[in-house]
Amino acid sequence: MPRNAGKSAPTAFVNARLVDPESRYDGPGALVVAEGVIADVARRPGFEALSPDVRVIDCNGAMLAPGLIDLRVKTGEPGSETKETLESAARAAAGGGVTSIVVQPDTDPTVDEPSVVDFILRRARDVELVHVHVAGAATKGLAGERMAEIGLMREAGAVYFTDADRPIVDSKVMRRILSYASGFGAIISHRPADPYLSAGAAATEGEFAGRMGLPAAPVVAERIMLERDMALAELTGAQLLVDQITCADALATLRRAKDRGLKVAATASINHLSFNELDIGDYRTFCKLTPPLRAEDDRQALIEALADGLVDIVVSAHAPAPAEDKRLPYDEAAPGAVGLETLLPGLLTLHHEERAPLVDLIRAVTLAPAQLLGLQAGRLAAGAPADLVLCDIDAPLVVDAARLMSKSKNSPFDGRRLQGQVLLTMVDGRVIHKAAQ
Amino acid sequence: MQGAADIEDLIRQRAFPFPHKHLLSVAGLNRLEATALLDLGDAFVGLNRQRDKKSALLRGRTLVNLFFENSTRTQSSFELAGKRLGADVVNMSPRTSSIAKGETLLDTAVTLNAMQPDLLVVRHASSGAGNLLSQKVDCSVINAGDGQHEHPTQALLDALSMRRAFGRVEGLTVAICGDVLHSRVARSNVGLLQLLGARVRLVGPRTLMPAGADRWGVEVFHDMRAGLAGVDVVMMLRLQLERMQGALVPSMREYFRFYGLDREKLSRAAPHVRVMHPGPMNRGVEIDSEIADDLDVSLIQNQVEMGVAVRMAVLASLAARLDNA
Repeated sequence: MPRNAGKSAPTAFVNARLVDPESRYDGPGALVVAEGVIADVARRPGFEALSPDVRVIDCNGAMLAPGLIDLRVKTGEPGSETKETLESAARAAAGGGVTSIVVQPDTDPTVDEPSVVDFILRRARDVELVHVHVAGAATKGLAGERMAEIGLMREAGAVYFTDADRPIVDSKVMRRILSYASGFGAIISHRPADPYLSAGAAATEGEFAGRMGLPAAPVVAERIMLERDMALAELTGAQLLVDQITCADALATLRRAKDRGLKVAATASINHLSFNELDIGDYRTFCKLTPPLRAEDDRQALIEALADGLVDIVVSAHAPAPAEDKRLPYDEAAPGAVGLETLLPGLLTLHHEERAPLVDLIRAVTLAPAQLLGLQAGRLAAGAPADLVLCDIDAPLVVDAARLMSKSKNSPFDGRRLQGQVLLTMVDGRVIHKAAQ
Repeated sequence: MQGAADIEDLIRQRAFPFPHKHLLSVAGLNRLEATALLDLGDAFVGLNRQRDKKSALLRGRTLVNLFFENSTRTQSSFELAGKRLGADVVNMSPRTSSIAKGETLLDTAVTLNAMQPDLLVVRHASSGAGNLLSQKVDCSVINAGDGQHEHPTQALLDALSMRRAFGRVEGLTVAICGDVLHSRVARSNVGLLQLLGARVRLVGPRTLMPAGADRWGVEVFHDMRAGLAGVDVVMMLRLQLERMQGALVPSMREYFRFYGLDREKLSRAAPHVRVMHPGPMNRGVEIDSEIADDLDVSLIQNQVEMGVAVRMAVLASLAARLDNA
């Protein structure tokens, strides 16, 4: 339901490198947008005859792909607007080529009832930039005890349900949530972490954390909870989204679950695909994340799992934290990293390193999340929403956290040399971001 | 017999200046630098045994002791070291300052920095706190213990104690025993002893051994008798009662039975073995009083004396390279 559809003149993108995950096409092409949707797609550099009122954008070989859909974004609204507002997050998303975001329920107040879902959607409509979707809480107050109003929130527009960073410890509660949600076809997302093994941990147990004297949890903490979740998914037949899988050990569990035909999908964060625990270096708190960064072997396993499709979706895990929450001793600092503006360039690194075909990498941030949520976006086909990103994937980019559009600047990519500059972002046919020339 | 003037000559005539601005961990030191610190510490031992212990090496300098964790002995050791070198010493502890009112470590650092101190000695419960401070202040930062990370001056004083007892550190076999997991003393000692050419063993129950310790270039033992076999030095660690978050060992008596140092276990070591402990000791938990007080075996008293001397060496070396030196 594109709003403002038809307000802007039709636009033609010519001389593009079209990357369409649905058809797995990656090659020269052109595309016309009209009335907020993709009107025509051609697998040749241009169109023979375009009516004179069509605005033509010459892409000069830049990549034209569906706009990114980021399933895991935290803002500070409501409750912590100094960290990030829906507007600042939406601007950051637009700058990063992200056209849809799913905001997390761990705000203040918690998104655990339909009126809060409604509030956020209304605020997002006022901002009028990217599509904002809401993830509702799975339990009231994210306390892991009583079920939240999953059905009512779903009616209000919530796209999936999660307690965000808080594990649902009680297996009986988790079972009931999965069971109840499956009756509505609602998706439950859960981050696997055994709360007892992970209590107080700021790093991954191993030689590095041992030397640095950091409180650490073993990676099996992830596998243990994932094994439980897989068993409960099998018991209930529910659709489960594994939030931020990070390690080889848990990937083996995921593989077994998928082989058994369970309805599970898994996300990986761009951070865990890009960094390992050694990036913490001299106690860099920007690299303090939940789950914590893992060993290089785990990062490599995660990249391979993404390349072969075991991991379905890549998220930014955007978690703004202002300087006062980060400039603390490591174990006192807030975890999390902003990521909306570095998701695409970070992912493109895997393309430049030839770890996976570009079209498959793009799929993990477009079509795969769209299909999970039942969205029409995520593809370059006539009739699909005109949510697009135009990106010069070879352009050098030195990340400067100070220049990020997020209110918080906690980027582990700060100072990193990446490739990929977003030239233009379009939502429902409207240009919402254009790179400065 | 060395006077203050001789020591000043010693520093001036060094083949190379001490190159570091901060002392945050032993990991940044090379063997020459560590040896130079020990040599200077040795000289200060002589000075400290004289009636006039004063030197003017730090005259006009300000030393701030910033201790977020209580430590009477380390704080007074640094205080004495600073005063004997002629510095003005200020002790700050969280309960008497605004830190208790929610001021962050860095706010404190910025405030302190404005007072133009030259040397900042910091102890903090979080690993890496000294590293963080060093990025935000202009003065030299000395890590006096950060969480479970490092306590470099402790390792230096331990090395000096060993060197004076055996005439060398190279080639010694040192068993570090007990709660290695929570011990910054152990981490600094492993690094420094290896740098100086000693062989290091870690002895303790598996629940008190850090993951990956077997890859630190040490031998790990869970049987204390085997771990002590033939060693030259037994270094006992304090069982950090206040840090025991969970039941890492079943009981104190069981711990003493298997990992406490008594005569019987000590008899496995080399005949000339010397026993060390960073203090404060839990007598009867990790070490038998009889051993701790046996001056033929115990270096524990020497360690305290070496502490002041080595800290004087560290302070003097860092001050010599301050920008306004």
